[in-house]
Amino acid sequence: MKIRAIAGITFKEAKRDRILYLLFFFAALGIVASRVLAILTVGDRVKIIKDVGLASISLFGVLMAILIGTGLVYKEIDKKTIYTLLAKPLYRAEFILGKFLGLVLTLFVMTGAMALIFLAIVYAHTLKIEGSLLVAIAYIFLELVLITAVAILFSSFSTPILSSLFALAFYLIGHLSWGLELIIKKMRPGAGKALVRGLAMILPDLENFNFKTEVVHGLPIPPGIFLSSFLYGVCYTAFILGLAVLIFRRRDFI
Amino acid sequence: MADAIRIENLQKKFRIGFIPKPREILKGITFSVREGETFGYLGPNGAGKTTTIKCLLGLIHPDAGTIEILGRPHTQPRSREALGFLPENPYFYDYLTAREFLAFTADLFGIGRTEKGERIARLLKLVGLERAADLPLRKYSRGMLQRAGLAQALVNDPRLVVLDEPLGGMDPLGRKEIRDIIVRFKDEGKTVFFTSHILQDIEMICDRVAIIVGGRIVKEGGLRDLVSEKVLFTEVTVSGLPPQTFSGLGECVSAQGDRVLLKLYDEARVDEVVNLIHDRKGRLIALSPRTETLEDIFVDTVTRT
Repeated sequence: MKIRAIAGITFKEAKRDRILYLLFFFAALGIVASRVLAILTVGDRVKIIKDVGLASISLFGVLMAILIGTGLVYKEIDKKTIYTLLAKPLYRAEFILGKFLGLVLTLFVMTGAMALIFLAIVYAHTLKIEGSLLVAIAYIFLELVLITAVAILFSSFSTPILSSLFALAFYLIGHLSWGLELIIKKMRPGAGKALVRGLAMILPDLENFNFKTEVVHGLPIPPGIFLSSFLYGVCYTAFILGLAVLIFRRRDFI
Repeated sequence: MADAIRIENLQKKFRIGFIPKPREILKGITFSVREGETFGYLGPNGAGKTTTIKCLLGLIHPDAGTIEILGRPHTQPRSREALGFLPENPYFYDYLTAREFLAFTADLFGIGRTEKGERIARLLKLVGLERAADLPLRKYSRGMLQRAGLAQALVNDPRLVVLDEPLGGMDPLGRKEIRDIIVRFKDEGKTVFFTSHILQDIEMICDRVAIIVGGRIVKEGGLRDLVSEKVLFTEVTVSGLPPQTFSGLGECVSAQGDRVLLKLYDEARVDEVVNLIHDRKGRLIALSPRTETLEDIFVDTVTRT
């Protein structure tokens, strides 16, 4: 009940953020503009529409998660609304979870709205709804959930600007860390290789949630990868949230 | 009578500055507030009042010491189930209406839907916000926000109410209304722990007080034990006589027009002055003995410390 109340108020607050609508506008513009790009490009028009559309949902979704998520906890501390909240019989973990779920709900609604526009445009070209597109969007959403947890983690001890930079760095590292696997393959056994392997294990691999290429080009997806990606996302999110709670529990609100 | 609040040897240091330098804010605070009493917590700015309250509410982790709220360690959120808190400058979600905000607060206590509606209506009436209940809080004046803050502090029908400067920023009428509400808490058997700079209010409504200076409790006790009935001096206002008439009898504070204000430190001189006014055909306008007030004790304690 308490977590639901905080999630509800967070959703209400996020809904009022103009930046959310600005990003939604650009995402919608990107999805609609994919039609124009398709006309100008040589090749399969539907593939271009799918590619640009999914990329728009992913990019603008991540921006929403970072720009709103990084201010969530900070704003409560800065505006001192947290004094009234934490003076209630509330665990700090409940507060963090409520904030997280409120933003996840906001992103669910926004991703849903972007997906509707995207699927409508694809439907106008193919006259069918492809289930694989929905799967790709679901995994984009799972990535957004993880990025939200990261944004809240940084927001629990840093300013919105720094938190945004950290969260953006996390996102970029997450999409480039697969390169470490290539380095590991080429390295000779030894301490260096063990170090890089350790780094590869700690750093996030957000490519686990990227099924865009496979879905757009109709490539086969190995069985079991959906479940492992899902579990990876859930476990990583839980780990980041746990870390956020640990840091937040130790804080003094002066 | 059981203790509503028990604080023992509370210590807190903050590290301040670019090169963090520890600054001791609370230096071993010990006091207790009994159930059912109204307790005033006084001190000059920066003495550690708000830090004590924040430690009590779990907003700040103390370096040492123990705090118990209604018999439970303050670290357990359950200890705050029967506690209501009004912060110094109430900061709330300004896009919510008072009704929505109170509903949100009630949800944090897990109050059921039916009970919630009734309680909110009763509280809005109590603090006089019935007509503004559906306005967003950003349109509220400071006094109205203070009332909304008081209402949210009472949403769980608390046994212990902690108020940080509840009368600050209120107009005289609003101050009286809030003071009356605090007095009503006492009749209902609630314990009230509050800080205020307005010492007259504390004197009017508190049973016991503690004075904190520089992070230490320097005085604590029942108000009647601290404030004596002893007359400090008597002020006499006279008209129709020159100030020289009273030379040697008392201190002439002012002489405006034909009015003279005298301060008599010796009680035995009062009758003498009254007789003199009568004999010289002057007119006695006012005669007021000044007994010791909480303000005198406070100023004296703070300057001596």
